[in-house]
Amino acid sequence: MEDFIPNFIALAYLAAIILFILGLKRLSSPATARSGNQLASLGMLLGVIVTLLDREIIAFEYILAGIVVGSLLGAAAAKKVEMTKMPELVAVFNGFGGIASALVALGAWFRVTDTALPGADLFIMGLSVLIGAVTFTGSLVAFGKLNGFIKGNAILFPLQNALNQILLLVAIVGIGWLILQPLEVAPILLISGISLLLGVLFVIRIGGADMPVVISLLNSLSGIAASFAGFVIDNNLLIVSGALVGAAGLILTDIMCKSMNRKLTSVLFARFGGSGAAGAAG
Amino acid sequence: MESLIFNLFIFVLACFVGFEVISKVPTTLHTPLMSGANAISGITLIGALAIAGSSSGTAATIIGFFAIVFATINVVGGFMVTDRMLEMFKKKKGDEA
Repeated sequence: MEDFIPNFIALAYLAAIILFILGLKRLSSPATARSGNQLASLGMLLGVIVTLLDREIIAFEYILAGIVVGSLLGAAAAKKVEMTKMPELVAVFNGFGGIASALVALGAWFRVTDTALPGADLFIMGLSVLIGAVTFTGSLVAFGKLNGFIKGNAILFPLQNALNQILLLVAIVGIGWLILQPLEVAPILLISGISLLLGVLFVIRIGGADMPVVISLLNSLSGIAASFAGFVIDNNLLIVSGALVGAAGLILTDIMCKSMNRKLTSVLFARFGGSGAAGAAG
Repeated sequence: MESLIFNLFIFVLACFVGFEVISKVPTTLHTPLMSGANAISGITLIGALAIAGSSSGTAATIIGFFAIVFATINVVGGFMVTDRMLEMFKKKKGDEA
């Protein structure tokens, strides 16, 4: 009995993963797409329910409150949105997924009490915050551009590309600092702040017409963020599902580019004529 | 760390599955597929549950709470809006026929 619950959870996670894979596959064909979405949502429900059986989860009041608030807001947004505004809504949801992954890694940082934590674990923790935060602000800017809150044109200024690369470098230095001094607040704050800024700078320079491709790319990134959050808390379901979305999202981004007769690199970097600028693409 | 290497194995293998699972997608399904995949990436909710539900201090619990709210919006809203898109898609097909 002592072993039953952990094994049961692991097997249920495996079932959830199978449902996600079948769901994604079915979503890519018109006849089966709706059932694919339903299978995937069933997988999610299964994952959440069995996670609550975990013995390490002992406080339920915040969980319940969070799920109720999130469900109400999510359902209201999904029901009320106009058909033409759906890509914007997907961008916002995607941003929320990204920030959630960053917060999971941040929450895990608060558990660190031991300076002897392996460097690789701290590296992934920092990376998880970085990618999640970039996804968050990047998606919000994409939303703003589609919605007209932010000027749709590419917003450009001199040395923009160099600035982005320097900021990315600073964020990576921040991760190195986190590894050296895991108990200090400054490194994790630096990583978070720079990453939030990077997400904005990364997307403002891309024109509004290319936003669907950018949202697809950010969707892929939010999958990677979830996967890395899974590394941080050592959870297979997160690692596998996040990687699935990350890879499938990348393929979809490529397919979307091709259907628009664009190259991904030219969407992201054309205006700079540079080919060596792949850094910020993650 | 052994578990890190093991996790890296399943990460790489899952990436290959993700690459293979999607090949040809008709243009009309681009947005619904993106939206559905996005809802799946809300799986980070599981991580948020672990952060908020374990006793690791007030700060972690509060951060976990916000992570749950954001991830749940992503999951619930994401699957619902995908369903709405696909419902619309079906109707459109019916009108054309």
